[in-house]
Amino acid sequence: MPHVQQTIAPLTDAKLRKLELQANDIRQDVLKMLTKAGSGHSAGPLGMADIFTALYFHVLKHDPRKPHLEDRDRLFLSNGHIAPIRYATMAHAGYFPKEELLTLRQFGSRLQGHPEYRLLPALENTSGPLGDGSSQSVGAAYVGKLQKSPWHVYCIMSDGELAAGITWEAALFAGKNKLHNLTWIIDRNNIQIDGYTEDIMPLEPLHEKFAAFGFTVLEIDGHNIREFIDACDRSKATWNTPTVIIAHTIPGKGVSYMEFEPSWHGKPPGKGEELNAALKELRTLGGKIQSEME
Amino acid sequence: MPLVKAAKLSSKVFHKDIPMLPTRNGFGDGLVIAGEQDERVMVLCADLTESTRTEAFKQAFPDRFVQFGVSEQSLAAIAAGMALAGRVPFIASYACFSPGRNWEQIRTTACLQEQNVKIAGAHAGVSVGPDGATHQMVEDIAIMRVLPNMVVLVPGDAIETRKAVLAAVEHEGPVYIRFTREKTPVFTTDKSPFGIGKAQILHTGSDVAIIACGPLVYEALLAAQTLEKGGISAKVISCPSVKPLDESTLIAAAKQCGAVVTVEEAQAAAGLGGAVCELLGSNYPVPVERIGLEDTFGQSGTPDELLEHYKLTAPWIVKAAKRAIKRKQQK
Repeated sequence: MPHVQQTIAPLTDAKLRKLELQANDIRQDVLKMLTKAGSGHSAGPLGMADIFTALYFHVLKHDPRKPHLEDRDRLFLSNGHIAPIRYATMAHAGYFPKEELLTLRQFGSRLQGHPEYRLLPALENTSGPLGDGSSQSVGAAYVGKLQKSPWHVYCIMSDGELAAGITWEAALFAGKNKLHNLTWIIDRNNIQIDGYTEDIMPLEPLHEKFAAFGFTVLEIDGHNIREFIDACDRSKATWNTPTVIIAHTIPGKGVSYMEFEPSWHGKPPGKGEELNAALKELRTLGGKIQSEME
Repeated sequence: MPLVKAAKLSSKVFHKDIPMLPTRNGFGDGLVIAGEQDERVMVLCADLTESTRTEAFKQAFPDRFVQFGVSEQSLAAIAAGMALAGRVPFIASYACFSPGRNWEQIRTTACLQEQNVKIAGAHAGVSVGPDGATHQMVEDIAIMRVLPNMVVLVPGDAIETRKAVLAAVEHEGPVYIRFTREKTPVFTTDKSPFGIGKAQILHTGSDVAIIACGPLVYEALLAAQTLEKGGISAKVISCPSVKPLDESTLIAAAKQCGAVVTVEEAQAAAGLGGAVCELLGSNYPVPVERIGLEDTFGQSGTPDELLEHYKLTAPWIVKAAKRAIKRKQQK
């Protein structure tokens, strides 16, 4: 059954538990997809599973049966290389059959290595060249504010991509125009292809940087679904600035041999033992993937 | 004079008092008409309101004018975001910065996504003059023409530029319109035909076909006049739609004349000349001489000095025509 959200329900403990289990299921699909594809990124998709689950199953107003619904919330993606988590969550929400997930990165598949707007409904944007997605989210939010549209614009972006100058052009623009209907979500996992972000090109103090650009800045534990949902609620209640949610995440979250390990940024688990060990760990955790802060 | 009546050219063609206007004025005029006709039209400017002639649109439709400052990369990508939300944004800057600086954003967000982003490249060519090479964009036709889904328009005068703006709004998808700074002859009229994918024969002839775009079309007409006095019959084809090309008109001209000259105020490689060579090479190979910058950058000078130095004016077109005819005869 497609998961339709038109009004936002309160987050009960039971719903929270359900979301955590759902994220765990989605992680397992991500690993199977990556192993079948034989290439792609592991760390980012696993690290963002809780946030994507919370978005599609609680935060966003959307209807998988009507992906072009005018009043849907818009979820842009800027770091397109984490596409597997978006695809898996969309399939779980009912946008397309889960069986299609295993076509990732194959010839003729709608699930391109980096997501393509023209191929899959409700992607909102083509994504991959870093920084372009966040700028496009700003363009949509500008029009939404101009028209006083009821929809909200979200954009997921990585921390490594913040080194792209276009990001800060778009941030200047969003701050100038007080795009209150815009929420940027940064996957602050501290790694990028060549290593740790603070070695490659230091981003800190990131909070202060965004504050100086005119954003309301919220910092959360990206594996605490309740914290994330609360931050989204706060961003929607903010009426005079855009919001950025800096979500501190663990790259490779849920698979112990991948966690915090930059070498897993851009490769899939191997067939056989590597995949099986990861899946077993997720299965036996039985949905207990929760914030270590709790 | 074998001028083509159907082209409905100005009665002042070849007169010393032909009206002169910068093509960028046609851009400004076109935007205001487009803004009146279509509420989706927006104008996004990167700190060059006056010189790109977007001021009138700003006055008429302040809600739909957006100032970016010097931010050409986000200019293109944010425009695509606006297009995704149903708008028809024109992005205006100097061609050396847009599409010069933001080519990747145009490729990904406008072309790959097939979005309604219209890119206006002002101050193209060496005729920008004293600003020098950094500000004289001569590679834009090449880098835009190679992009799938992109339409490339290089109008010849202010009237044609106005028509190009309106045609760009009607066309679903990305469009690049190139225009220039200096006053140049207004040789077309409101009644002259114009369309995406259309070339116009302005002057009949059968010894050589001169295919030109931009304000240098007028130099091609002057060259045809000179050639005619020397007993050479030159066909002049105005080709503002560099992509898509009017293939049937150009192939027919090659078949009839057997020799071709291309003329553009841009690199002679990979622009209009490149497009014509690709077309004829695959369909009807004939000798082609290309007028344009020969793998070099511009420099400071007056527009007239520079057009002359880079061999872009009528006397050089005459020489190129004679070379093309000679090569045809040697075949």
